[in-house]
Amino acid sequence: MVSLSAYLVVAACLFCIGVAGLFLNRKNVITILMCIELILLAVNINFVAFSHFLNDLAGQIFVFFVLTVAASEVAVGLAILVAFYRQRRSIEIEDINTLQG
Amino acid sequence: MLETAFFYLFGGLAIGAGLGVVLARNTMHSVMLLIFCFFNTAGLFFLLDAEFLGIILILIYVGAVMVLFMFVIMMLEVNRAKLREGFLQYLPVGGVIAVILLVELVASVSSGVFGSDQMQQAMHLGQDVNNTVEIGKELYTRYLLGFEIAAIILLVALVGAIVLTLRERKDSKYQNISRQVNVRKEDRLRKVKM
Repeated sequence: MVSLSAYLVVAACLFCIGVAGLFLNRKNVITILMCIELILLAVNINFVAFSHFLNDLAGQIFVFFVLTVAASEVAVGLAILVAFYRQRRSIEIEDINTLQG
Repeated sequence: MLETAFFYLFGGLAIGAGLGVVLARNTMHSVMLLIFCFFNTAGLFFLLDAEFLGIILILIYVGAVMVLFMFVIMMLEVNRAKLREGFLQYLPVGGVIAVILLVELVASVSSGVFGSDQMQQAMHLGQDVNNTVEIGKELYTRYLLGFEIAAIILLVALVGAIVLTLRERKDSKYQNISRQVNVRKEDRLRKVKM
């Protein structure tokens, strides 16, 4: 029988890896988007684990909504990236700060 | 204790793949490792009696979102060596923050609050309980408004992505609607005396 805290520790590890990745990969926007996916995945593990151990289905419904928001965020983020790449021929973060008005 | 063994297998592989996503030199390898991480997380969801979400994670995340990532990476030619610059520069800050966060989270999680009697006794649901049916009942009754808002968010994201990436070719002929509407008679018609 696996305890709730074991699942929470796995989710905490994934969350921290995602946060560290946000700091380390300062050049590549695609890797940053993937790190955000990792963070959201950790949140989803937490939701499902609590849903199972509290016997409440609401947690799984919220995972559903998190997945929706994450998918649309990726779609819009990659679209911005493609549009930016057409203009500048590069996707480095340093170039992207010229987007500010 | 097959369940415990599978938990350690899925959890360990998920964490290892997550580390690989951050540390991989090639962006394509990161995407592959992230897909592997999603598969292992789906395994964890199965262990937690959330079959529907596990399948959704594989189908939508691996099948659609990660393939979109791959598509974009293959479309943009990225200078690989240049992208790794600054990795060591930010390693102390990022590492310290991540380790402090991890220690805090693990300490709070294993402090015993979540090991109380109520949460220890989570038996697995029987075979007659259908996870998909239960989620459907909840989603279409109590969470109907949230479901519709999620649908609108997806629609807005769809339209936004299309608007952002749509471009008109320079050499193709297309109508300029506002000029068509604003045209006056004097622009087009000229009376000449014969």
